[in-house]
Amino acid sequence: MNDAGTIVELRRGVRIDRGRTPLLAVDQLSLEFRTRSGIVRALENISFDLKRGETMALVGESGSGKSVTAYAIMGINDEAARVTGGSIVFGGLDLLSADRKTLDEIRGRELAIIFQNPRVALNPIRPIGQQIADVLLRHGNVTAREAPDRAIEMLAKVRIPDPKRRAAAYPFELSGGMCQRVMIALALACEPALLIADEPTTGLDITTQAVIMDLVAELAASQHMATLLITHDLGLASEYCDRIAVMHAGHIVEIARTADLFANPRHPYTAKLIAATPGGVDRLDALTSITGNLPDLRRNNLPPCRYSERCERRAADCAEPPLPRRALSDGHVLFCQHPLPEAP
Amino acid sequence: MNQILRHARYVLGENPVTAASFGMFALFIIAAILGPTIAPYDPLASNTAQALAGPSPAHWFGTDQLGRDIFSRIIAATRLDMGIALSSVALAFGVGTIAGLAAGYRGGWLDRVVGRIVDTIMAFPLFVLAMGIVAALGNNIENIIYATAIINLPIYARLARAEANVRREAGFVEAARLCGNSETRIVLTQLFPNVMPLMMVQISLTLGYAILNAAGLSFIGLGVRPPTPEWGIMVAEGASNIISGEWWVALFPGLVLMAAVFCFNLMGDGLRDIVDPRRRT
Amino acid sequence: MSDAEPLLDVAGLRKLYPVGARDWRGAAASRLHAVDGVSLTIGRGETVGLVGESGCGKSTLVRLLTRLIDPSDGTIRFDGADVGTVPARRFGRVPQRAQIQMVFQDATDSLNPRFTAGRSIADPLMRLRGLSGAALRARIEEAARLTGLPPELLTRFPHQLSGGQKARVGIARAIAVEPKLLILDEPTSALDVSVQVVILQLLEDLKRRLNLSYLFVSHDLNVVRLLCDRILVMYLGRIVESGRAAEIFRAPAHPYTKALLSAVPTPGVSSRERRIALPGEPRSPVDPDPTICALYGRCPKGTERCRSEAPALREIAPGRYAACHFPYEGAVSSEPRLAVAGSR
Repeated sequence: MNDAGTIVELRRGVRIDRGRTPLLAVDQLSLEFRTRSGIVRALENISFDLKRGETMALVGESGSGKSVTAYAIMGINDEAARVTGGSIVFGGLDLLSADRKTLDEIRGRELAIIFQNPRVALNPIRPIGQQIADVLLRHGNVTAREAPDRAIEMLAKVRIPDPKRRAAAYPFELSGGMCQRVMIALALACEPALLIADEPTTGLDITTQAVIMDLVAELAASQHMATLLITHDLGLASEYCDRIAVMHAGHIVEIARTADLFANPRHPYTAKLIAATPGGVDRLDALTSITGNLPDLRRNNLPPCRYSERCERRAADCAEPPLPRRALSDGHVLFCQHPLPEAP
Repeated sequence: MNQILRHARYVLGENPVTAASFGMFALFIIAAILGPTIAPYDPLASNTAQALAGPSPAHWFGTDQLGRDIFSRIIAATRLDMGIALSSVALAFGVGTIAGLAAGYRGGWLDRVVGRIVDTIMAFPLFVLAMGIVAALGNNIENIIYATAIINLPIYARLARAEANVRREAGFVEAARLCGNSETRIVLTQLFPNVMPLMMVQISLTLGYAILNAAGLSFIGLGVRPPTPEWGIMVAEGASNIISGEWWVALFPGLVLMAAVFCFNLMGDGLRDIVDPRRRT
Repeated sequence: MSDAEPLLDVAGLRKLYPVGARDWRGAAASRLHAVDGVSLTIGRGETVGLVGESGCGKSTLVRLLTRLIDPSDGTIRFDGADVGTVPARRFGRVPQRAQIQMVFQDATDSLNPRFTAGRSIADPLMRLRGLSGAALRARIEEAARLTGLPPELLTRFPHQLSGGQKARVGIARAIAVEPKLLILDEPTSALDVSVQVVILQLLEDLKRRLNLSYLFVSHDLNVVRLLCDRILVMYLGRIVESGRAAEIFRAPAHPYTKALLSAVPTPGVSSRERRIALPGEPRSPVDPDPTICALYGRCPKGTERCRSEAPALREIAPGRYAACHFPYEGAVSSEPRLAVAGSR
């Protein structure tokens, strides 16, 4: 890590500017999947920024495209995926046009990801200490002699008790929460500039979830690392993120600072999502469901606003392109023809 | 039932190779059923004047050393070979699958006993074991069927046991208990259908082995005896004639054998697609 | 709470599993106390929530109550009859089998992939009610109607159904035989938020219409708060707190409950300041020392008394029970405070 300047030089002439603002710029990203039953227009015109040290959540239900977006940034989407437009610029480097070797250099080093279901994401036949050492060695941060000790340091950093002994353990010997800590250790070993967390606590107990997320938040703060949290849980997003982007059917519908989003949701879908979250209401009949279904993304007559067919506020001009982008105060961005009125 | 037929039509429509193999199988079945009635000549009638005549418009596949029409004998043999294959596979599948499911589901001593039996069978080179069984029990068609069934049983038992072991913990098994199903009923009505798609491919492969096994046994003199027409015997009888240049006596039965095995293997995938509901969209 | 006999009355329930090395007779040296002396009641028309984290014994308790496994000790009385003594493998033939049913967590896993939805719903009707032919079809269609499942979906296979539809099939199967007690094991945890709303409201509606009692097992405390009349908190095989849901959420008595509630994320409100993180991991359930409190060592309180005398579940306020020598004040003094305050 280079504190004096912000530019990091990796091998093969790859350079990442950690101090660049914004650190991550996704601009008009469109992506489709070619499948046997048709072309699935998974993402359309996704745009958002992330600054150094900021935490942001991509929130949406299943099928919203949040994981696809995360994987597109990492470049680990399925073979059937094809980017049809837009750009992803990370630290000054265009990720979509970078070749495989360049991506290999930055992944794990400046750009890291942790997944859902940690036990499955770890190599089952390799002790966890060695897996961490592997990452350190790959990115040339340490020599082979230092690697085991640095791995134990990382385990201590993620608060695994008795790290020296545990370094020799295999993933199946650890609980789900511990495996997730190991995955965090793997991801953070080289102190990346950006961490993507894809549903990192689904399947974990409530208390473990809190501890894991607190740990990520603490490490992110101390390393001034940007975090992109992918989740379906609005409560989790509101707890840990500065900003939230709400996704629906491959579109971003609203981006706002967390407090603003809950105090003043302007997109009808956002309001409905909040009203459907059990944590936010006091009575069961105060919960409202979201009418309609997700549109079939294989259609080629999808309206410009993919929520319009389910929306109670739909008007005639919702079917006419283009979908307007409204920039409200203070980073609050909205994609809607007839937004909800401002909350008093 | 309608759904299955409709789905079958869809699968066959999608995949011409599979459709072709089903067509070939249908031909074999027709030949087996109609047998000697559609053969141009009596398969057992010998006509030494016409012995070892090459393929000609009168005798499409030529004649053998006793002057019998090879084409007719091949058709007549279809009934026997298909019969042996289908019955031995049915036996291996039926007994093996039930034993395997029960062993995998209940575990304990049943699992150990079935496991040992299967291991014992598999410890022998299978063809040698078949030979031994037929030689010991007697040289007739029934024993060929039993022998073939026994040597093919282990694979079904193992597949079924593995599936049952995995599915034993599945939610729907517990749900079935809540619905008042007894353990036996769970194995038969809940687990068995889930194992079927896997078995379909295996059945088609085993059909091929079974025919080859029967033919092999006849080739070495066990099993079917002359003058009964059977593809394996016909190849054996024609083997010595190859040197003297009468290639057709062994070749045509051999080709038909090959075609049958080929056809069964190709059918396997198609059958699995038809049977497995997950392949339905 | 009515004075009539409760629908389900469980006393001193224990389930022990032999673990470790066996001696020559097959007896094991140690025993795992999966359920360690649980007593609870469920009244008619009541929804009782069961919360606890992984390893607390929830799933074992559920299996005992649904009589899929046999208890090692204790009694289970259902609707006045003793159901604990009939062995599990014979329970399928007892009339109470139809009266205690369960809705499973993962609807995909709990439906036979080779059965159509209709056939799955038919299963209990055929086995427990002996229905067939037209009567069977009529009852299946009625169960489908009650759960909002369109009849044309009855011929579909599970992989052709959405998550919400599969959940409905699971519920339809459970209510088809008109049970009195329905045990719901995390029925909505695998569903999207908007689908969850619909299913939860359906469950509430069915409870009223069919006069059911629910045991609602969940790790999502927000959902439990909305749905349940009373809550049981489970830890290390024991019930550590029980009482009315609203009261427990307002003022938990047991330190474990307090820690659990402090970890629940609430949209729009940060809980990080009030987070109580219990250090360490739960103690081993193998041969637990009966004289030590289950939480000792992790508990923020923890005195000599906690180490020498395991607290029993006792009534600390009307209808409130806690297994703690030093329950939190707010819970204990709930009744007197109302009398003293006088004004609102």
